[in-house]
Amino acid sequence: MKAIIIDDEPLARSIVIEYLQSYPEIELAAECNDGFEGIKAIQQYQPDLIFLDIQMPKINGFEMLELLEPAPGVIFTTAYDEYAIKAFESHAVDYLLKPFSKDRFDKAIQKWLMTGNTRLEKTGTQSLLESAAQSPAQNQRVVVKIAGKIKIIQVEEIHFLEAADDYVKIHTKDGTYLKNKTMGYFEQVFNSQYFVRTHRSYIVNIQEITRIEPYEKESWVVILKSGAQVPVSKTGHAKLKTVLGL
Amino acid sequence: MKFGFSATVATLDSVVTNVQLLGDCWLVSIILKYYIPQKESYWYILIVSLGLSALTLVNAKFILTGALSNQHQYLTFLSNSWPIRLGINFLLVCCMMVLTVLWYRVEEVQEDHKRKADTERLSREAELYKLRHQLQPHFLFNSLNSISALVGSRPELARKMIQQLSDFLRGTLKKDDQQWVSLSEELLNLELYLEIEKVRFGHRLSTAINVEEGSGNMKMPSMLLQPIVENAIKFGLYNTTEDITIRLLANSYENYLQIIIQNPFDGETSYPKQGTGFGLSSIQRRLYLIFSRADLLETRMDGNLFITTVKIPQLI
Repeated sequence: MKAIIIDDEPLARSIVIEYLQSYPEIELAAECNDGFEGIKAIQQYQPDLIFLDIQMPKINGFEMLELLEPAPGVIFTTAYDEYAIKAFESHAVDYLLKPFSKDRFDKAIQKWLMTGNTRLEKTGTQSLLESAAQSPAQNQRVVVKIAGKIKIIQVEEIHFLEAADDYVKIHTKDGTYLKNKTMGYFEQVFNSQYFVRTHRSYIVNIQEITRIEPYEKESWVVILKSGAQVPVSKTGHAKLKTVLGL
Repeated sequence: MKFGFSATVATLDSVVTNVQLLGDCWLVSIILKYYIPQKESYWYILIVSLGLSALTLVNAKFILTGALSNQHQYLTFLSNSWPIRLGINFLLVCCMMVLTVLWYRVEEVQEDHKRKADTERLSREAELYKLRHQLQPHFLFNSLNSISALVGSRPELARKMIQQLSDFLRGTLKKDDQQWVSLSEELLNLELYLEIEKVRFGHRLSTAINVEEGSGNMKMPSMLLQPIVENAIKFGLYNTTEDITIRLLANSYENYLQIIIQNPFDGETSYPKQGTGFGLSSIQRRLYLIFSRADLLETRMDGNLFITTVKIPQLI
């Protein structure tokens, strides 16, 4: 069995390594400093288990998991993150609160071995990540993978979002990106003062809007600074009017 | 207007009436001391005034009729003049009541103000105390985790770190009388914090502190720099995997102690904004509570440097 440790503090990694010594069957494949290294290592070694810190440089632990398909078995290690802990508890994922004892560590490993070292199921990961999305970092930016590279999009750069089957298409000035999330997710996570769901399939950044024009009976379009036109439904129009104070 | 009464009669009339009115006023002020009618019950004032004026009138008539029973012309005048007497009595008593009510009201409002000011002062002190002693739990638990790791491999270093963490915590727990410290004292405490962070992040974190001559003795609120530096580390270190240097420059500028803190940040992954981050907003709040000014903390970005400037007015 292969395991990977992803944590930005060398000492925090060393304690996991020390505790792992009593499990010769678990081989430590790699130690990673941040989520970027983590993704690379996971693709390279295909580990069965990862020890994952939440607050890390560049992208946090949750953002890293979002980019993995399928996600390996995860034991989270974190010092303090009320949002994350709430998410773990409601999804029965094991987590270790730093500093943790050898006993507690053993229990986590036992639990993982008992459950047949299953990988996190896709739906399980999704719903865990969605409930963890309350944490502040998640509504500031979106992490996407494009052509094998990781791209971090600040919410300010987003012009509008468009539903596309199981994905959401994120339109920015640099181009469009796909993210496997639902419209409902973004509607919930983004600040509703700036992002308005104008249509079943569209969410608009109101700071990009130049004008609103009638289109057909009971429907409108907003014209963005970029020139893009986004459909507005009747309820969407009502929402826009409240947010813009019209 | 002349009524043709003698001075004795007139004086007696006026004394009897006015003494009673005086009594009424006294009575009114006593009553109102214990019961102030609320806004909706001003009828209470009217009824009490009317009752008292009528009583006064009847009383005065009784006394004056008894005392001046031989003055028929006066007695007729007394009988005929009751409406005007009642009116005047009523007006006077009513005025007195209204004035008394107003007086008590003003007093109440003043007391209210004082109470409010006291509450505000207390809550301001409590808030300042809380802000000063705020520690990121993250820092504490991660430090304990580092110690836990060191205990196995390098016990000597673990002991040293426990020492540093204790010294730092002791510094944050100082009581209110040490709210103001000199820059040098503040930097000593900051040094303790940085030593701990350096153990956590190893060689990746280095600091350069530069204090210009003469500014070391300048005064500042205690525990102000640590959250700013913590913020700098968060943006600098947590968002990049390269080695970073956090620079602190302190100088005296006009009548201010000016402290500039610089950290590199990665524009690709982080986006530091003015006022965000718990560290900086609590500093802003503290400076506002202490100096009533919102312009003492500034942040700006210069290339890949994030620069925080704090100005501390020197109160001489």
